[in-house]
Amino acid sequence: MVKTKRMRGLFTLPYISWSLIFIVVPLLMIFWYGFTDKSGTFTMDNITAMADPVHAKALWLSVLLSLASSVICLLLAYPLSMILAARGEKGRSVIVMLFILPMWMNTLLRTMAWQTILEKTGILNTILQALHLQPLQIINTPYAIILGMVYNFLPFMILPIYNVLVKIDPSVINAARDLGANAFQTFLRIILPLSVPGIMSGITMVFIPALTTFVISQLLGGSKILLIGNVIEQEFTQAYDWHLGSGLSIILMIFIILNMIMEEIFDKNGEDLAI
Amino acid sequence: MTKELIHLQNISKSFDGQLILDDLDLTIHENEFVTLLGPSGCGKTTTLRIIGGFETPDKGKVIFDGQDITHLAPNKRNLNTVFQKYALFTHMSIAENIAFGLRIRKKPQSYINDKIKYALKLVGLSGFEDRTPDSLSGGQQQRIAIARAIVNEPRVLLLDEPLGALDLKLRQDMQYELIRLKNELGITFIYVTHDQEEALTMSDTVVVMNQGYIQQIGSPEKIYNEPENAFVADFIGDSNIVDGIMLEDRLVEIFGVKFPCVDTGFGRNKPVDVVIRPEDVILTENSSDELQGEVTHIIFKGVHYEMEVTARGYEWLVQSTKMYPVGTKVGISVDPFNIQIMNKPASEDEEAAPIDG
Repeated sequence: MVKTKRMRGLFTLPYISWSLIFIVVPLLMIFWYGFTDKSGTFTMDNITAMADPVHAKALWLSVLLSLASSVICLLLAYPLSMILAARGEKGRSVIVMLFILPMWMNTLLRTMAWQTILEKTGILNTILQALHLQPLQIINTPYAIILGMVYNFLPFMILPIYNVLVKIDPSVINAARDLGANAFQTFLRIILPLSVPGIMSGITMVFIPALTTFVISQLLGGSKILLIGNVIEQEFTQAYDWHLGSGLSIILMIFIILNMIMEEIFDKNGEDLAI
Repeated sequence: MTKELIHLQNISKSFDGQLILDDLDLTIHENEFVTLLGPSGCGKTTTLRIIGGFETPDKGKVIFDGQDITHLAPNKRNLNTVFQKYALFTHMSIAENIAFGLRIRKKPQSYINDKIKYALKLVGLSGFEDRTPDSLSGGQQQRIAIARAIVNEPRVLLLDEPLGALDLKLRQDMQYELIRLKNELGITFIYVTHDQEEALTMSDTVVVMNQGYIQQIGSPEKIYNEPENAFVADFIGDSNIVDGIMLEDRLVEIFGVKFPCVDTGFGRNKPVDVVIRPEDVILTENSSDELQGEVTHIIFKGVHYEMEVTARGYEWLVQSTKMYPVGTKVGISVDPFNIQIMNKPASEDEEAAPIDG
């Protein structure tokens, strides 16, 4: 008995050491850097630095663009997930595959591809010029960043919603129709409420990476548009101020935790729905 | 007979090139308890789904109270369905589930509240308003599904194997419950099942189906006592189905032995199927009956003994309250009116399909 217990303990060792080395220790380091200054004494300056207009503006813009991307992703992903879920087993896997396929490529590469498409003399404007249309100035604007975010994170919205939708028993939908609901009422009263858990985890999975990204904003936003991710990155790699970078990271973490708490609340309500 | 309510006219339906229903014609009357009975894949559920509006027939019409509703959407039909897997809305309370159809029809709240109370009382679950579907047992969920359907006052209630997922005792209780409900509501029930006992217990009319064809329509007594073909005889209850030759009116030959019977009009020396129910076989010891056999197997079933008697190469299934030990030589006789004579199936379509389970 004792022996098997010890054996079982041994099996957990890799996971415990993994979480210690790669999760707990880095987190503690961030907190240590965040709450100290260069001489190592305790300070709140790195945290309050978020109130600095430049930082506050970057955070505000990040939240705004991430929210916009999440909403656009949701609007694109929901109808598509419904179409997917309504298809038979046959066509389904191919389409799901098509949406996962781009994820096999490096994010950096895919974002750089958008750079060459949107550039002033890029593919898009070359085509527009050939058609004698006004060239578009998209690159280096917040719109380009939103486009990049939506493009990169759309699959993360589709998959959870699709997963919830396929699990809805067709006889439940038939029952609603049978009880007099038309297609629209059935959607509003049955399908949509039953898919809330999928929507919430989709939003989380888009919002959090969008909030923290610095690659997309760097490549598509130029150097003028700073998101909070870029600010933190610059503090670490250019200003070498790990203390300030860590402090700002902690603030960002709070935002992410808030988002996850919200999702948890919604999921609690809909706990039984996702079956 | 009461007024004709639903008429399925020459309905045909196939899925993926496989014919499920072939030229089905069925009339259902007002206030009737009709059961569609048959093995899985016989087309009974498809028939129900066509009536409910969830499938459109390839050919034929659905007439409801004189109107063609073949292409009418399910939400526009004056009937409700109780689904096999209950299909309750898990994100709503029991009260909201029951109120669903009424809210869609924009009924006033006080009316809805009264209806919820009435329906819950009717299915014996008063006070369950605020519970969630997941906190209910299978039998309770099925009652809620029935309550949810009947508050809309449909003229027809469609039930798709509603008791299939319940255990035996609960199933029997629910059978009586359903008969009581039907009598209280005074509406038409169309019930789909593969359980012949369920069909015999509850129905006014049983429609026996196989491979997309109606095999026989009749009262439970008629279906049991006078099966029209070997499939019906085999599917409803246990039967001994043996080859016979109709020598003349009221005389059939089985295994070379002449049996007097009551059937006429088959002609002379015609090969027929002979159906004898196990409880109708009379065994006698040291008898002078011409058909002699030997008991090879015996099981005690509670109400009676079930025995296998081998006579001339055929194993007779016999149910009797009197016990004959294995090895006993017995004579086999049958009262003339307990012998059912049936024509051999004319086409492949009527051929009895293997029944599993």
